[in-house]
Amino acid sequence: MRGLETVIGLEIHVQLATATKLFCGCRADYFAAPPNTLTCPVCLGMPGALPVLNRKAVEYALRVALALGAQVKRRSHFDRKNYFYPDLPKGYQITQRQVPLAVGGELRFWVEGEERRVRIRELHLEEDAGKLVHTPAGALVDMNRCGVPLVEIVTEPDLRTPGEAKEFLRALRTLLRHLGVSGADMEKGELRCDANLSLARDGEWGVKSEIKNLNSFRGVERALAAAAAWQRERLERGEEIRLATFGWDEGRERLLLQRAKEEAHDYRYFPEPDLVPLEVSEELLEKVRAGLPELPWARRERFVREYRLSSREVEVLLGEPELADYFERVAAAVGEGREAANWILTEVLRFWQGSPPLPAEELALLIQKVRKKEISRTTAKELLEEAIGGKESLERLLAGRAVRQLTDEAELEKLAREAMSQHPQAVADFQAGKTQALGFLVGQVMRKTKGRADASKLAQIFQRLLAS
Amino acid sequence: MDLQATLNSLREGNVSLSQIIVSLWEAIERREEELRAFISLADPDQLVRDGEELAGLPLAGLPIAIKDNLITRDFPTTCGSKILSGFRPPFDATCVARLRAAGAQVQGKTNLDEFAMGSSTEHSAFGPTRNPHDPERVPGGSSGGSAAAVAAEEALAALGTDTGGSVRQPAALCGVVGLRPTYGRVSRWGLVAFASSLDTVGVLARSVRDAALLLSLIAGPDPRDATCLPLPPENYLESLGEGALDGLRIGVPKEYVPAELSPAARALVDRWCALAREQGAEVVEISLPLTEYALPTYYLIASAEASANLARYDGVRYGLRLPGEQVAQMMAATRTAGFGREVKRRIALGTFALSAGYYDQYYGKAQRVRTLIAREFQAAFREVDLIMGPTSPTPAFRLGEKEDPIAMYLSDVFTLPSALAGLPAISIPGGEVEGLPFGLQLIAPRLAEGKLLGAAYALEQVLG
Repeated sequence: MRGLETVIGLEIHVQLATATKLFCGCRADYFAAPPNTLTCPVCLGMPGALPVLNRKAVEYALRVALALGAQVKRRSHFDRKNYFYPDLPKGYQITQRQVPLAVGGELRFWVEGEERRVRIRELHLEEDAGKLVHTPAGALVDMNRCGVPLVEIVTEPDLRTPGEAKEFLRALRTLLRHLGVSGADMEKGELRCDANLSLARDGEWGVKSEIKNLNSFRGVERALAAAAAWQRERLERGEEIRLATFGWDEGRERLLLQRAKEEAHDYRYFPEPDLVPLEVSEELLEKVRAGLPELPWARRERFVREYRLSSREVEVLLGEPELADYFERVAAAVGEGREAANWILTEVLRFWQGSPPLPAEELALLIQKVRKKEISRTTAKELLEEAIGGKESLERLLAGRAVRQLTDEAELEKLAREAMSQHPQAVADFQAGKTQALGFLVGQVMRKTKGRADASKLAQIFQRLLAS
Repeated sequence: MDLQATLNSLREGNVSLSQIIVSLWEAIERREEELRAFISLADPDQLVRDGEELAGLPLAGLPIAIKDNLITRDFPTTCGSKILSGFRPPFDATCVARLRAAGAQVQGKTNLDEFAMGSSTEHSAFGPTRNPHDPERVPGGSSGGSAAAVAAEEALAALGTDTGGSVRQPAALCGVVGLRPTYGRVSRWGLVAFASSLDTVGVLARSVRDAALLLSLIAGPDPRDATCLPLPPENYLESLGEGALDGLRIGVPKEYVPAELSPAARALVDRWCALAREQGAEVVEISLPLTEYALPTYYLIASAEASANLARYDGVRYGLRLPGEQVAQMMAATRTAGFGREVKRRIALGTFALSAGYYDQYYGKAQRVRTLIAREFQAAFREVDLIMGPTSPTPAFRLGEKEDPIAMYLSDVFTLPSALAGLPAISIPGGEVEGLPFGLQLIAPRLAEGKLLGAAYALEQVLG
């Protein structure tokens, strides 16, 4: 069916990496903690217990709000969202409904090198619920996650394709990591996404399908594509689309109808009387603003401008702020970024597990040695792997090897002639037009010299000798 | 003999802690079977033993009764409900912890209307408490157990909670002093929430000075309650003196002396005015026209908050649990069996008041009226220093007399407006109507507990 435009809006829940929960002193980092060990009367919702707002969580949420250019409400408040569920100990969730912490703003990101901007509708603080654990003996409940601070970010329906939605989320993850407010790891549930999709015809919006609890980037893209296809099929058959909420079966990549909207909850929101209104002072805003790091889009532009990196390269580097920082340290030590980026993206990245596998100075030293032709690229790669895998420092490894590169023309020519006489078949092949034989011959010399020969010079010498 | 006279005798060696406790338990032996003021009681021998170490502290080991919706680590806390059966709290309410730190011991937990919802202490899963002045009558509520225990001399003093009048009205009906502080003056940490924006911890005592002493001990900032005011503690005993009424302007709202008030009650109000004038106060009639809206406003807001506050009793983590096929059935069965009728009525009312499409019409409107009522008091306090009137329209009524919930709610018409405005207020014995105690209520501006207690003390002296 033609003339249908996909319209997508997202609601994203971000767990804030504060030391303690949103309304009590329990540790918030529940990952891998034994069930029900990080709880207290407050987060268990025991009678007589009261919430007290964690100021750090407010600061973290403000960081996100300011980075997105949102307008922070100087006075917001919390509301109770009422529903019964065994993982919700108070029978209500403390959230912000009537007056959220911040409204407006936008996220800048790039899809295949092209800039996109998606407007933010609002951003608010709320508490996470616990978790149900289903066992053969019945459902158990783990309250460790109860009260972990969340920031909910709601976008305007500005996204147009499932792929774009995925890239938006990636960019948001990059931002959150740059701000140091969340691990933003979807697999760990630190970043969770609900998506709304409708098909618009001639600018007139269709009926929404909501997909809940998307827990991977791939899931977001696939589920949205499935929802779009589902709506399109119905429209093609002339059927009416009804409001519906879906889940997503990650394994089988299928939408699961959860409920038709007629059965929608009435959450009976009302202002949380146990908390006073949240006042954000000018001082606090200034303090948070002053503490903001360089934002990913500014950094991205700088990387492209200063280091002449491609869009793709920048995205990979910025995907993890630590990686981008590492790149900048190596580039500074080498004196330029192009080579540093090549080395990091092709050689170092596969060993990267959240932190540098090799100190920036050592990688810079290696790159410099290659540039000065003191060692060959091949040797450098070998040394890099040894240094990463082994216990010896790069300097010792360098000293331990006779590593001066063979660049002397005469010596290289002697080695080349030797190789040609040992492998007449390769010579014949080359002369018969099989140019890959050149690579074979170069490889022979490289092997013999344990990689010390200057490969590009050697190739030139071979070409001259073989041509004559 | 009040708490302070008892303390003085103890310090002067005229009486031992053991003798004091024995005499309290004599009263309990004599009356408790009939009155049922307590849900649970400490072991008196244990109190005597543990009290010895507390001799050097301000309350010297004396026992204080605690309403059973205040969390205590060494007693079950039932809130007068079946739904909390078996629940043993792991902590102490701040007010209880502060009393303990001052050398008090928990004497026991007193009866109340379930979750403090009621004005007669008839709505308790543990049965009704009776009025010591006439056991055929109610002690008022919801802190009826605390009021009856103090009135029957089973307790020296007690803590209660006042949401819409639950300390003042039973104090009036039992002929004791009942003090509700400014909202936020005493921490709510450990007060099992009924209506969070209205709940306060108050004191039931035999004298105004006892109320002043206990408030001084339990008040003050608490980092565990975000609504608790960050004001330094005060010693309210310093506010008490004979001449406190001299030069005060006292307003008597005509709405608090309606035509329906009995002639005997009107005569008492006239007597109070005369006594106050004799003490140098100027007494004027004022008008608080929004008084009649306080009742619907209160029941909408309190019930709305209660519907959320009581959602946690779902059988999942503590207290009662009934079996059910699915979790939703388990929750429904548990709540159906665990809550009494009045609690269910208010949960239903509150749920309705908050539901989509009705929120603005009920809860939203009630909030706006609440603001207007608070402003009306503010305006009144630009003209007068204190407001005076009856605490409740009638003396204690008979058990079962007020089957109609609205009739019951009307018992609180004079305590609801100041509760909605978060103001401090006190009820002191004001004489007798039909041979039963009748309470005099004073209401003060926010945070003016000193002025309130000073005036109450001066009136107490001349009322005799």
